[in-house]
Amino acid sequence: MTTTQELTLKTEPFVLNMGPLHPSTHGVYRMRVTLDGEVVLDIEPIFGYLHRGIEKLMEERTYTGCIPLTDRLDYASAMSNNFSYCLAVEKLGGIKVPERAEYIRVITAELQRIANHCLAIGAMLNDAGALGTPFFYLWRQREKIYDLFEMLCGQRVLYNYMRIGGVSQDLPDEFLPAVKKFIPQLRHFIDEYEFFLKQNEILIARAKGVGILSKELATNYGISGPVARASGIRWDLRKNDPYSVYDRFEFDIPTRENGDCYDRYRVRMEEMKQSLRIVEQSVKQVPGGPFRTEVNQVIRPPAGEAYAHIEGPKGELGYYIVSDNSIAPYRSHIRSTSLINLGALRQMVKGWKVADLILIFGSIDITMGEVDR
Amino acid sequence: MTAALSAKEIVSQLSARFPGAIEEAGLDSALVKSESLPAAAEYLKTAEGLKYEYLNYITAVDYYDYFEVVYMLTSLEYNRSVTFKVRCYSRDNPSVPSLTGLYQGADWQEREVYDLMGITFEGHPNLKRIFLWEGYNGYPLRKDWNR
Amino acid sequence: MEISSDREYIYDAAELDRHEGQVIEKLKASSRKSIPDPDAWLDEDIKRNIVLTSLDWVLNWARRSSLWTAVCYPACCGMEWMATLAPRFDASRFGMEIMRASPRQADLLITAGTLTWKMAPNVKRIYDQMPEPKWVIAMGACGISGGIFRSGYNVVPGYNKIIPVDVYVPGCPPRPEALIYGIQQLQKKIAKIKAVPDLPKLPNPLKKGKK
Repeated sequence: MTTTQELTLKTEPFVLNMGPLHPSTHGVYRMRVTLDGEVVLDIEPIFGYLHRGIEKLMEERTYTGCIPLTDRLDYASAMSNNFSYCLAVEKLGGIKVPERAEYIRVITAELQRIANHCLAIGAMLNDAGALGTPFFYLWRQREKIYDLFEMLCGQRVLYNYMRIGGVSQDLPDEFLPAVKKFIPQLRHFIDEYEFFLKQNEILIARAKGVGILSKELATNYGISGPVARASGIRWDLRKNDPYSVYDRFEFDIPTRENGDCYDRYRVRMEEMKQSLRIVEQSVKQVPGGPFRTEVNQVIRPPAGEAYAHIEGPKGELGYYIVSDNSIAPYRSHIRSTSLINLGALRQMVKGWKVADLILIFGSIDITMGEVDR
Repeated sequence: MTAALSAKEIVSQLSARFPGAIEEAGLDSALVKSESLPAAAEYLKTAEGLKYEYLNYITAVDYYDYFEVVYMLTSLEYNRSVTFKVRCYSRDNPSVPSLTGLYQGADWQEREVYDLMGITFEGHPNLKRIFLWEGYNGYPLRKDWNR
Repeated sequence: MEISSDREYIYDAAELDRHEGQVIEKLKASSRKSIPDPDAWLDEDIKRNIVLTSLDWVLNWARRSSLWTAVCYPACCGMEWMATLAPRFDASRFGMEIMRASPRQADLLITAGTLTWKMAPNVKRIYDQMPEPKWVIAMGACGISGGIFRSGYNVVPGYNKIIPVDVYVPGCPPRPEALIYGIQQLQKKIAKIKAVPDLPKLPNPLKKGKK
């Protein structure tokens, strides 16, 4: 009797370096991937290639002069960085913001959320293989939002619009009518877009069940934003810890259960719709009045410390500022969303293939400017 | 509304369990001694009625006499947050116990504090520089660092 | 850029990190002065009185109308670079729709972001891998001089400390129209280059007599 021996291939894992500049790594991000064939066993993320030392630079500039620096952190959604920083300094100095400025801040923050999700969904589908078509469709809408912001403050990408105590300029006359015209257009566009992608077999085959992040792991890592909501954690700072005038609007928090890439995509699409609801309500309720409290250009908040956070498009973005009654912050730490969200990547990719690794990384929505600061 | 616990409440809730280790520091944060940090954090995470399972951030500040490491935890169930601090008085070799066993999100944030401030975390599985390269001389975020 | 025969292979992760650190420190120490801008084309301009042969003209036309860019978008200027490629400010009408992932197939490097010392050896490696003729556009204030981050401890004050730059496009970030203007200036510069090389003076094999 012949015994059959199972022939097994003798393999050993090897380490592949996905270098800092790669077309699909959304910026300068490097990974050492341990592979067994094509299956990912482990990754070691390496970053710091865009570490510009913003926290140290902020100690050398006045409080108002730090606002352009904060823009350049999460450069895909610059208004929310400004918002969070101004909230922290106002909390430190006890400065009250007029109503009109609060409403303007909410409108710009929600428009910025829509623009950021356009980029995030487009980039994720780019990574999934739809080279360019959904990305440029969504980029068209993002350009329309750029036009609105250019009307406000003259810049397309990095605005430097908010100031401590309000905003820097009032709304021009043509802004609110333009926003009112834009809302139904965008609603129609999102419906059309979803019609193509919601039941798309390729997207479902690639993204459903891939890269699952469980609720316990997400809480342990401190994940926030759409990634956490897709895993079942019902936590949104606009409802749980309301700041500015968010408690006056009606909107829902989309949450899903599974925590895979498809759920993250769905959460972002739903959030765009909810942001449109908030913009619609706030455009009707904008009051008149001053757009900024009169504070000095060079302010000296009293000695102390403060932490303020907002629900940015990617998650919880916070600033911890320590002041010693001088013209510059003594220490300012940026609680950056992308760095903390990236921590969970290692657990999410074990056992998947290289192509899925790229898709999972794209679905978390990272901006390297925020990771490296 | 996330109610931030004030210093008095933190002290009153914890000082029965950890006598002498917790004291007030300012209006909304408590100062914890570094030896009792892991035990206090575990108690905050697992005790009934507290359940602070979400780590917001870890950062460090350099006041010239001492370093202060600041932690903030949030309880998602009860919608409350707590801030506490640990001080290390040594300038040459400051060190604090690590919380990586309890919160895995503390991993990279402690590495960042090590990289930029030079504070070592005992018990960290992989304490090496994260933003700057191996062989970089100095810790840039310290107040007495000059290039 | 070939692999030298005495190259050492490192496998351990900690050793790799240490080696990377040494490379960065060496590059940092040797890049204190700016590399002068390549202006050899000006020289030829004056010498030859802007009279190009038709072969020169055809080669220059082909090169400037199909610039393929290498992937290099570290930071915020990358947003405006993507906007230039997007349908509104179409870069494909200038022949630049292809972003080549491999630098071996590219001839233009648009540096869209801040350069840090940690990233500098990698950008230099990408530049070295590009075959001649190659050009560099320094985009944005960070590319020209370090920009708003110039006093940072990890920031290289301008790309021309590491690689020679042909065109500087100011702005923070520059609008897509400004970037397209910069690309057009580069195209004008390419139009004036002597593309056909001089054949070296060889002895004429058909001439009888002493060789």
